[in-house]
Amino acid sequence: MPESNVTNILVVGIGGQGVMTATEILAEAAIALGHDVKKTEVAGMAQRGGVVSSHLRFGPKVLSPQIMPGTADLLVAFEAAEGLRWCHYLKPGGLVLLNTAHIVPPVVDIGLYEYPADPIAEIRAKGYRVHAFDAMKIALELGDVRLGNTVMLGAMADHLPFPAEVLLEAIVKRFRARKPQMVELNQRAFEAGRAAEKAAAHQKAEAIA
Amino acid sequence: MPAPSPTISENRLFLSGNEAVARAVWESGCKVAAAYPGTPSTEMLEVISTYPEIYSEWSVNEKVSLEVAIGAAFAGSRAFCAMKHVGMNVASDALMTLTLTGVIGGLVIAIADDVGLSSSQNEQDSRFWGRFAHVPVFEPSDSQEAYEMTKLAFDFSEKHQVPVILRMTTRINHVKGLVVVGERVAHPNTGGFQKNPARWVMTPAGAGKRIPLMFERDQALRAAAEASPLNVVDGGRDRRVGFVASGPAWMHVKESFPDAPVLKLGFSCPVPVEKIRAFAKTVDNLVVVEEVEPLVETELKAAGIHCHGKDILPKQGELAPNVLKPAIAKLLGEPAPENLAKPAPVFPRPPTMCVACPHLGVYYTLSQIKNITISGDIGCYTLGAGHPWNALDTTISMGASMGIALGLDKGRGEADKDKRILAVIGDSTFLHMGMQGLLDIVYNRGNVTVLLLDNRAVGMTGGQPDPGSGRDIHGEPAPRVDFAKLVEALGVKKERIHVVDPYQLPVLFKTIREEIKIPEVSVIITNQPCVLIDDYKKQKPYEVIDEKCTGCGNCVEVGCPAIHVVRREKVVKPSGKEVELQFVRIETSVCTGCGLCVQPCAPDAIVPADPSKPIRLVKH
Repeated sequence: MPESNVTNILVVGIGGQGVMTATEILAEAAIALGHDVKKTEVAGMAQRGGVVSSHLRFGPKVLSPQIMPGTADLLVAFEAAEGLRWCHYLKPGGLVLLNTAHIVPPVVDIGLYEYPADPIAEIRAKGYRVHAFDAMKIALELGDVRLGNTVMLGAMADHLPFPAEVLLEAIVKRFRARKPQMVELNQRAFEAGRAAEKAAAHQKAEAIA
Repeated sequence: MPAPSPTISENRLFLSGNEAVARAVWESGCKVAAAYPGTPSTEMLEVISTYPEIYSEWSVNEKVSLEVAIGAAFAGSRAFCAMKHVGMNVASDALMTLTLTGVIGGLVIAIADDVGLSSSQNEQDSRFWGRFAHVPVFEPSDSQEAYEMTKLAFDFSEKHQVPVILRMTTRINHVKGLVVVGERVAHPNTGGFQKNPARWVMTPAGAGKRIPLMFERDQALRAAAEASPLNVVDGGRDRRVGFVASGPAWMHVKESFPDAPVLKLGFSCPVPVEKIRAFAKTVDNLVVVEEVEPLVETELKAAGIHCHGKDILPKQGELAPNVLKPAIAKLLGEPAPENLAKPAPVFPRPPTMCVACPHLGVYYTLSQIKNITISGDIGCYTLGAGHPWNALDTTISMGASMGIALGLDKGRGEADKDKRILAVIGDSTFLHMGMQGLLDIVYNRGNVTVLLLDNRAVGMTGGQPDPGSGRDIHGEPAPRVDFAKLVEALGVKKERIHVVDPYQLPVLFKTIREEIKIPEVSVIITNQPCVLIDDYKKQKPYEVIDEKCTGCGNCVEVGCPAIHVVRREKVVKPSGKEVELQFVRIETSVCTGCGLCVQPCAPDAIVPADPSKPIRLVKH
């Protein structure tokens, strides 16, 4: 199996953030382009505030549904510490698109564990690239925290092996069928995410310079 | 209910393994389908319930669901039931006799093994039920195969008049892939139930005559497995290692060793020993890759076929490429593949109870009571074993909290002389297997206080209805069981039965304190719905007045995920004791206004949020 033909995208976050829905939309875009696609996640108990990781693999032919550590082309983290938890799934030097939101679990609140002081710095120290932005704030500014996953999809748009328009079309198609009144707002969230990612990438470049 | 998967084209769908099975059940002309929800099997019945041609139900437990399917198959119709691995332990009593009677209408039993323990109390290998019950086992490895094998299983079941087990695992149930589907073909009933007591009434005399027929059938099944196109050799330039694999393990082998020959077992029980023996002769090393137990491996070794298996592979968890590759490299004496990157040490994020969950107040209260032993059960409320409540002392299996509590009472040693024994159980779990245990406590005069947490749903699996919900699988009105009357009918004294609002902490506390002192069985029923189902009414959120918060941390002990500690401060009390103060905020965007945290807040720092202020996100 020519492994190099398979694109591996790992989307991670917390139950309730829309990780699975975002991955599903991404899968629909890949299907629309004629790829073989497999998608898997561990749900069940994870929906109660636990970790959600959604694996998406597409290409001419996909066998195993799981991404192996060290082979992901892109990591999309809906929460900062989750970006750190999963970054070893990336290829060496790979890119994390990261929502800077800190969602603190009860075990940290009651003082049993510490939330990492600077998860982004830790990810970078491991040799991965990070483009970070506040997706939750962007979603709230657009009026609904639930737009967060569309913001994250927008951020991914320019890092996929297909044009951004294909992904946007998959979003529009989904909302047109289920909640037509939400189409326009999601289009805006998508573009806002795309712009935020560009700004984050630019900011990082400046920091290096 | 999950959102339906998208239609790619009319006959090409993007389906999870569960959705693919449901589609195939429908296409096969199945008439009756039953299940009790359980991750990762739940979606099979959820999707089947959307097909009007099939009678579908949530049964109270897996044994009943299998009995319903058996009745339909006896009546000549095609029938289906689905369960998770631990569900078959419950259903097995019916299965072990069903294997003697066999069926008329095709009967397919889908069992979802939670390999890797995504949400189960154990990891078990359901292929053993096939061997134990002398029934065939089909093992798909992805959605397309799950779809195709379900259809084949109905035909096979009818041809051999035997139920067929479809063994799936989490990585089939919850993996989505592209599936080419067909159309429904109506399957005519064979002419109704035919009286035949010698076959359908399994008295000792009747069953004794059926056992030789079962062994005869075994011969036919073995021949079918040897000849089945579901068992096929694939690939193979590199003959150093030949693999025998089934289910998702087959995918992982193909992914890891694209050039190796692989004998794929789609029809794995009875094991096609001769086919494997012939395959073994064509390779240098034979490796059996099976998730979880070495079932095929043991059978091959008994037949004198040399092979590797669990001597080089783990007996627990998934056999993904990152597990397989190093094991095979070692077998071949090759250097281990490059060290896979190691995960960063990040705090654990265990599942928690939901914001405003009606169980929060119960566990907060229990955590405040000393000198009690609490036997727990299976469901969301098992999370009460975690932080901050630490309020469960045992969890074994569904309904077991009842019998274990009685055992803790009757078996208490001198050290536990004054301990109070509590049992906690949910509504669905109580109806599933708890009622008999409570009856046993009553009958044997146990000294147990039972907390029956009625949240009107099977919460853990996503809020499916049960006989306590007042709704059926389609959301239609259904008779709602009256728990107070039910436990009274089981023999609990009327004055020992209390129905309490779990959001009223002082009442809850007082009721529990009083009942544990009385040396006989009492039942305290809590009566607020799960926050995830439609019956839950959201109220206005609360916020914390920073200036008033004294950092006492009482609200943190409630365990609501909407409450966050934003600052800690160590102070020395006049008594000389050092305490850590925890200053909090409430995530108003998710707070539902249940008011639980308000009650233990001594300085009245928690008040209704000012709606004119923007939502403030709590962040470190």
